[in-house]
Amino acid sequence: MNKQKVVIEFQGVSKRYRLGNVGSESLKEDVGKLWNKLRGKKDHQTEFEVELNDRTTSAKSNYVWSLKDINLQINKGDVIGIIGKNGAGKSTLLKLLSKVTSPTKGTIKIQGRIASLLEVGTGFHPELTGRENIYLNGAILGMRKAEINRKLNDIIAFAGVERYIDTPVKRYSSGMYVRLAFAVAAHLESDILIIDEVLAVGDAEFQKKCIGKMKDVSLNEGRTVLFVSHNMDAIARLCNKCIYLKNGQLIAEGNTDKILQSYITAETNTHSSIVYAESDSPGNELVRLKSARIVNADLMEKVNMVIDETIGIQMVFEVLKNTSDLLCGFNLYNHQDVHILSSHDTSNIGFEYTPGVYESTIWIPSNFLSEGMHYCGLAAMSYTPFHVHYHAVGAIGFNVTDKSDGQTVRGSYGGTFPGVVRPQLTWNKIEKIEQHNEQSVRVDR
Amino acid sequence: MSKTDVNSDSIYWTEVISPKRSLLHIGFKEVWQYRDLIGIFVRRDIVSSYKQTILGPIWLFLGPVFTTFIYIFVFNNIASISTDNIPAPLFYLAGITIWNYFQSCLGGTSSTFTANAAIFGKVYFPRLVSPIATVISNLYRFLIQLALFLCCWMYYAFSEMVQPNIYLLLMPVILILMGIMALGLGIIISSLTTKYRDLSFFISFGVTLLMYATPVIYPVSAIPEAYKKFVLYNPVSPLIEAFRYGFTGSGTFSWNGMLYSTVFSVSALIIGVILFNRIEKNFADTV
Repeated sequence: MNKQKVVIEFQGVSKRYRLGNVGSESLKEDVGKLWNKLRGKKDHQTEFEVELNDRTTSAKSNYVWSLKDINLQINKGDVIGIIGKNGAGKSTLLKLLSKVTSPTKGTIKIQGRIASLLEVGTGFHPELTGRENIYLNGAILGMRKAEINRKLNDIIAFAGVERYIDTPVKRYSSGMYVRLAFAVAAHLESDILIIDEVLAVGDAEFQKKCIGKMKDVSLNEGRTVLFVSHNMDAIARLCNKCIYLKNGQLIAEGNTDKILQSYITAETNTHSSIVYAESDSPGNELVRLKSARIVNADLMEKVNMVIDETIGIQMVFEVLKNTSDLLCGFNLYNHQDVHILSSHDTSNIGFEYTPGVYESTIWIPSNFLSEGMHYCGLAAMSYTPFHVHYHAVGAIGFNVTDKSDGQTVRGSYGGTFPGVVRPQLTWNKIEKIEQHNEQSVRVDR
Repeated sequence: MSKTDVNSDSIYWTEVISPKRSLLHIGFKEVWQYRDLIGIFVRRDIVSSYKQTILGPIWLFLGPVFTTFIYIFVFNNIASISTDNIPAPLFYLAGITIWNYFQSCLGGTSSTFTANAAIFGKVYFPRLVSPIATVISNLYRFLIQLALFLCCWMYYAFSEMVQPNIYLLLMPVILILMGIMALGLGIIISSLTTKYRDLSFFISFGVTLLMYATPVIYPVSAIPEAYKKFVLYNPVSPLIEAFRYGFTGSGTFSWNGMLYSTVFSVSALIIGVILFNRIEKNFADTV
């Protein structure tokens, strides 16, 4: 372990929360606890009756572990994505880091100044002007007045609200408000930046600015960034490492691609393979689908594909009768149920099937699909007469993540990129086809 | 990490967050680091309270003036309560000015946690910054109201209806003691009301009732002997009496009373800071 580079260290950190209302019930508990303490008895609540935080099951105890035994080291310069469903403990983790609340057990060690953007615009006062609020918000975030003075112009320019800077912020549109707030936070000099979902706001232009700033912070300034989001695409683009939390426990940590594999399998109900039991396999008396899986070029099964990987879909099916009128089909849908493409295996038309088990693989080229979840429809059909023997939709699927290293279509742009497909198209070299002489330019004006 | 580099370890980390912190780890140094924030909070409180008003800070004068008229009418004219040979307007104005300072400080600081829950729940800064800023911004308001009182007082002083004396010089001490007492009591109350809010209901009318147990609308000399000691147990009473005595020369002043108030204020502050310090770490979970 390179000690010089660790900037955050969690040692057995747990956080317990009490559920339910504060009222006579909790008073009874508090009095009971105090009574036990006075008699020198051990506090049972803390040891035995605390449950893991699974919000879907009903609780037996009034206490839950919002985080349980987190051990973790974060290195300088890493951009860490924290993923997990609602209630997995992401926000609690950030709250502990930003000292809003303290852990029940364990210690957190931090090297450097932390700037946390759990919510932008904290402490903004509606009656004060934009300028006054920059000072207020900056000071709340820990800036000295001199530091704010120095950066005031940069902040105003970054937010793009020059015209409104001496107007009370209650007159601002919600977008302007957020712009100003983010601008203040982004100019805070810190070694560690914590961001929670704030990029979900603002227009596209501003999102671009924010993400650019984030990348800038980590790449050029060597600062550490912790980024919490539900948005897998954003995490894949921006973060080199990931922390996966579930029910308050650390499930996995490591490089983003690896963590997303297990996250997608566990949390989104998307499987990269399926094996059908004899009784419920799709099909009829001619052909039945036995299994299917998503593989990369090395035939390794994967559920998370980087955009520059070739994606193969392997289908194994059983043919029960002799036939030469049978071919496989494939449909692809994205997470918005857009039917992206359809393909029939016309290269194998007329293949003489005899009873037996067959394997067919269809390849989707690299740098073709857009980011996000994709679902497959696997089919087998006859042409004369046209008949579909089975069409299994959604049984298997995969996720595509993009990179923002300049090698893919999106270039180095880190924000939301539109389109259901993202093929690398050819752009001709620009040619100048007409020369305006200066004379005519002047006339035009 | 091996056991041998425990020393270099504690130098390496700039911050160690752990569940418990020693009772006396107060972090005054941290509050000092955030002194700019105190200044900005004070400015915010002052600037924002009179936005979108036409009269602006003039309202600070109108409050005491109207209250004084009402008090003269009710307590002096109807109830015929003595004003200790001090002209009635001056007597009431003195009481109202200094009592307002105490009341608004206490009111502000006692709701520190509940009023700032939104900010405190999102970002960390030394929480003491907030009540300290409240006391300072109320001091500013007090000084404006004091100017009104001084105008009134000079009128009576030049017409020799009141005789100021050397105890006038104690005024800064009185102000500081009142600030400390309000801050101490306020943060105690604030700390006790994060989980169970019941106390805050009591406080809301308790402060009003406390005024009647303080020589604001009556002089100590007018209290029947049997009840006098109860009023003097009230640590605000000696301060208000001393304030009036310094400006007007009538009333009671005792060093014992001042000492009592000082001890009370400082103890309240110490207890308050310790309690506040304990609560602030986890209050976000219960507030």
